[in-house]
Amino acid sequence: MGLDFTVVPKFFDVIFIGVGWTVAITIAAGLLSFFGGIVFAVVALYGPLLVRLPFRLFAWLFMGTPLLLQLFLIYFGLIQIGIDLPAFVAGVVGLGLHFAVYNSELIQASILAVDKGQNEAARTLGLSRGQALRKVVIPQAVRAVIPPIGNNMIALLKDSALVSVIGVAELTLAAQQAIGRTFRPFEFYVTAAVCYYFINLALEAGLRRIERHIQLSR
Amino acid sequence: MSDAPFIEIRNAAKSFGALEVLKDINLTVEKGQIVAIIGPSGSGKSTLLRAINELDPLTSGEVWLDGVQINKDLPFRQYEKHVNQVRQDIGMVFQHFNLFPHLTVRGNITLAPKMLKGLSDKEVNELAEEQLKRVGMLERIDYYPSQLSGGQKQRVAIARALAMKPKVMLFDEATSALDPELVEEVNLVMKQLAEEHMTMIIVTHEMGFAQDVCDRVLFMDQGYVVEEGSPDVVFRNPTQDRTKDFLKKHLQGQN
Ligand SMILES: Nc1ncnc2c1ncn2[C@@H]1O[C@H](COP(=O)(O)OP(=O)(O)OP(=O)(O)O)[C@@H](O)[C@H]1O
Ligand SMILES: [Mg+2]
Repeated sequence: MGLDFTVVPKFFDVIFIGVGWTVAITIAAGLLSFFGGIVFAVVALYGPLLVRLPFRLFAWLFMGTPLLLQLFLIYFGLIQIGIDLPAFVAGVVGLGLHFAVYNSELIQASILAVDKGQNEAARTLGLSRGQALRKVVIPQAVRAVIPPIGNNMIALLKDSALVSVIGVAELTLAAQQAIGRTFRPFEFYVTAAVCYYFINLALEAGLRRIERHIQLSR
Repeated sequence: MSDAPFIEIRNAAKSFGALEVLKDINLTVEKGQIVAIIGPSGSGKSTLLRAINELDPLTSGEVWLDGVQINKDLPFRQYEKHVNQVRQDIGMVFQHFNLFPHLTVRGNITLAPKMLKGLSDKEVNELAEEQLKRVGMLERIDYYPSQLSGGQKQRVAIARALAMKPKVMLFDEATSALDPELVEEVNLVMKQLAEEHMTMIIVTHEMGFAQDVCDRVLFMDQGYVVEEGSPDVVFRNPTQDRTKDFLKKHLQGQN
C-alpha cells in the first residue's frame, strides 16, 4: 500500500480542531508556567521556612519525575482524593506547573543577579521590601531571562502532545483518531508534524517580538 | 524642638563584623546647610551617608532629622513602616545612578510618588515634568535610561529623588563615575540646588566643588571625623597632619 495524502483533506476539520486545542493548551499552560514561575521564585527565595521546604520537595518532584507520570497522577490519581479535573484543566495544570518549576529556577537566579543598587534605590525612595521587589527587581529579573523562558515555551508546545494520553483532543490525538479510521499513520503523523512546525514558527515570531519590545528597557 | 538641629548624628558607631568603620561620630547640620564629606578611600564616608537613611544601620548612636529619630529601635514590622516613611524625606543620589532600566525617565520619577503619595496620574506627570525641567532633562522624558549619557542619567536620578520633596539630599560621589566632560552638568544642577537652599550632605572627591559650594567640610579618616570647619579653614589652614597629607595629595594637579 503506497502513500496517499489525498485522504488528509477529508480530516481537515478534525486536524483543525486539534490545532485549536494544542494552541489553547499551550497558551493556557504557558501563562500558568510564566506567572507560576514568578510566584514560585519569590516563594523559594523569600518565603517562610515552613513554606520553602515543602516547596523544594514539590519542585524536586516536578523536575525529577516524568511529565507523563505527573499528568497521570493529576488526571487519574487526584480523583481518589476527590479532585476530579476535566482533562483539559488537568493537562494545563500538569504542563503549566511542570514548566513553572523550570521557569522558577531561571527567575530565581535572575532575581539574585539584579544589581543590589536597584533595590537600594527603590528602598531609598521609601518603597517597602515587597514594593521594591514587585516594581523594580522582578520586572528586571524577568526581562533578563525572556530568551530562556521562550525556549521553555517551545519545549512546552512540543510536550503538549503528551496530554493526548489523558484524552485531550489536541493535535496528536486528532492525528491518531484520523489514523484509526484510515489506517494511514504516515500521512497523518506527517500532517501533524507540519502543523506543529507552523505553530512553532508562530510562537518563535511572537517571542522575537517580545524580545524586540523589551530591548530598550533592559 | 525649634532649638534642635535639623539633622543630628550623636555618638554614631558602626561595625561590619569585627571591622569598626565609624567611631563616635557627632554631626549637626542646620536647615539649608551644605556639608561636604571628604577623606581617603575606606574612611567610612559612604557608610556614614548610608547610616543617615538606614541603608547601613548604625551599631550604636542616634540619627535625627527634623525632630524625628530615624534609627528608632522598633519591632520589625513597625521598624519597616517607620523607615519607609522617613526615607521619603531623605533623597539619595548614588555614584552609579541606579536608575531603573526597565522604566522610562518618566516612569523612574513617577514610580515612588504614585505608589507612596497617592497622587493621580495627572499629578505625578506634572511632578515629573516640573522636576525634569529643574535638571534640564524635560526633552528626554520618554527615553529609557539606556538611551542617556552618564551625566543625563545622574540628572534624572537627582530629579527622581527631588520628586519625593525630600527635606535633605545625600550625594555619594555623584560625579565619580562620569567622564570628565560630563561632570560639570551635574555639578551645575547641584549648585542650583544649593542656591535654592536645599539641605545637602555631599560625599565628594572634588575639592574644588566642595570649596565653591559647601558651607562646611568634614574630613574623615579611619572612621573618625578628624577635622571640620568652613572650606576656607579646612582647605587653607588645616590643623591636623592627616588632613594636610590628604589635601597635599588631592590638591595636586588642581590649579
Ligand atoms: N557591607 C559591608 N560589609 C563589610 N565591610 C564594609 C561594607 N561596606 C563597607 N565596608 C568597609 O567599611 C569601610 C568603609 O567603607 P566606605 O564605603 O564607607 O568608605 P568610603 O570612605 O566611602 O570609601 P570610598 O572613597 O572608596 O568610597 C571599608 O573598609 C569597607 O571595606
Ligand atoms: Mg564611598
